[in-house]
Amino acid sequence: MSAYATGETHPTLNDMLGTRWRRPPLVQRAWLRWVLVIGGIAYLIAAFLSVEVNWARVYEGLDRGGAFIMAFTQPDFVSRADAIWDGMLESIVMTVASSVVGILVSIPIALGAARNIAPLPIYLICRGIIAVSRALQEIIVAILLVAIFGFGPFAGFVTLSFATIGFLSKLLAEDIESMDRSQAEAVRATGARWSQWIDYGVKPQVIPRLIGLSIYRVDINFRESAILGLVGAGGIGATLNTAFDRYEYDTAAAILLIIIGIVMALEYISGIVRARVQ
Amino acid sequence: MPVIESSQGPIWRLRNRNETLKRWFGWLFGVAIFLWCWQQISDATTWFFVWDAPNIAGDILGRATPPRWSYMDNLWWPIWDTLNIATLGTIGALILAVPIAFLAARNTTPSTLFIRPIALLIIVATRSINSLIWALLLIAIIGPGVFAGIIAIAIRSIGFCAKLLYEAIEEIDQSQVEAVTATGASRWQVMVYGIVPQIMPAFAGIAVFRWDINIRESTVLGLVGAGGIGLQLQASLNTLAWPQVSLILLVILAAVVISEWVSAKVRGAII
Repeated sequence: MSAYATGETHPTLNDMLGTRWRRPPLVQRAWLRWVLVIGGIAYLIAAFLSVEVNWARVYEGLDRGGAFIMAFTQPDFVSRADAIWDGMLESIVMTVASSVVGILVSIPIALGAARNIAPLPIYLICRGIIAVSRALQEIIVAILLVAIFGFGPFAGFVTLSFATIGFLSKLLAEDIESMDRSQAEAVRATGARWSQWIDYGVKPQVIPRLIGLSIYRVDINFRESAILGLVGAGGIGATLNTAFDRYEYDTAAAILLIIIGIVMALEYISGIVRARVQ
Repeated sequence: MPVIESSQGPIWRLRNRNETLKRWFGWLFGVAIFLWCWQQISDATTWFFVWDAPNIAGDILGRATPPRWSYMDNLWWPIWDTLNIATLGTIGALILAVPIAFLAARNTTPSTLFIRPIALLIIVATRSINSLIWALLLIAIIGPGVFAGIIAIAIRSIGFCAKLLYEAIEEIDQSQVEAVTATGASRWQVMVYGIVPQIMPAFAGIAVFRWDINIRESTVLGLVGAGGIGLQLQASLNTLAWPQVSLILLVILAAVVISEWVSAKVRGAII
């Protein structure tokens, strides 16, 4: 039975004449909407009650917060220049090395993880590698690798390479899966070997995306390399941590400004490169 | 396409000599940089530890299995804290990100010259610094605990949410806005009836997507003292209690998988 006079499943203009217009709700089903609203409110109350905030401590901290924000107006690049320079260099070195190795390893895995290229067993293995790499966060991998390899940039390098594989292989494999089949088939029809088929049928279709993703990943790797030092895996993070521990906010501000500057520069460069290759 | 004339006739080439040389030197330069970077890492590495790594890894694996399931009783409260950090942090970030997104979008910003660059600067600055660093900073300022974690997650997420949201605002259908404007609506009414309904699906998608990422990030915030399950992880690592570490890692893995599943379901329902 329809609720509308004209027997339609949705209101017609005749039904709506004379009634007041209401905005359509975001969630169509009424019961689901109410369950979400009531559940959300109940959760918020429970959450707020369980979070303990030491307001006196927060209030005391406001001065220090103000001091830190003021430190951004006069960052101190000079007095810890050696430590900052060494840390930054190590971060950049880790970024470059892990990006190169990560990209090189992730290309064959991406080929294996594309269902239209790889046979099922290889597909499952490569998808498994990608799933493991994506589920484990960089910092946890770094902790384990520091325990295994010892302190230093090598643990960070392996961590970032491993994380790059999960990111790049997945996106590249999706791009390969959505490529134009007819081009690849045309190359195969000429009697090309498997390697020639990949080189002339598949590669030209995915190379712009690969370049774009690689540069984006360099950007991410640099950002991540800045925190790996917190767990002893090399890079600027250790310097930053020391600066915070010693309440040297002006040095910390200088490091943060350098990180922001480099990330902005990388984003700018990656924008230009992606615009050119696509 | 360049051609080389030879006694057997023309030979086709993909690039002429200058371009080939340029590319060759580009690759040489790139490989040289990589090798130099590798040299730096290699110098800072104790290779004996690396060759010994399989033994150490096997040793740690042996100590870590089986996980100490009884420790689970101590983990429920940190899991709840972690969920709160991620959820309340996401809500805080969204509240701050919405006005910033409207100020940063070209078609809604009040001033392209002054306000838009400031909004964009906030977006870049909050996005380029990892939540662990924000947490370090906030712990130095307001002391360790869940509250610092919530604020760290909120600040870190502003840039991400505002960036995606302002891109959605810039892509709206302008004719709907014009239609609402033509009825004589005020600036605010245009926003509520012309713009907001168009970006609502994008907004909901961004919120859930960021919540998923925040669950991941909040599991490790405890490493620097900002509450959640990371605190237990740090404590177990410090006491070399490997069976507890493996249990916590399993819990974190489960949390990540569940949150990804929830976020995929919700986004699938929205889009």
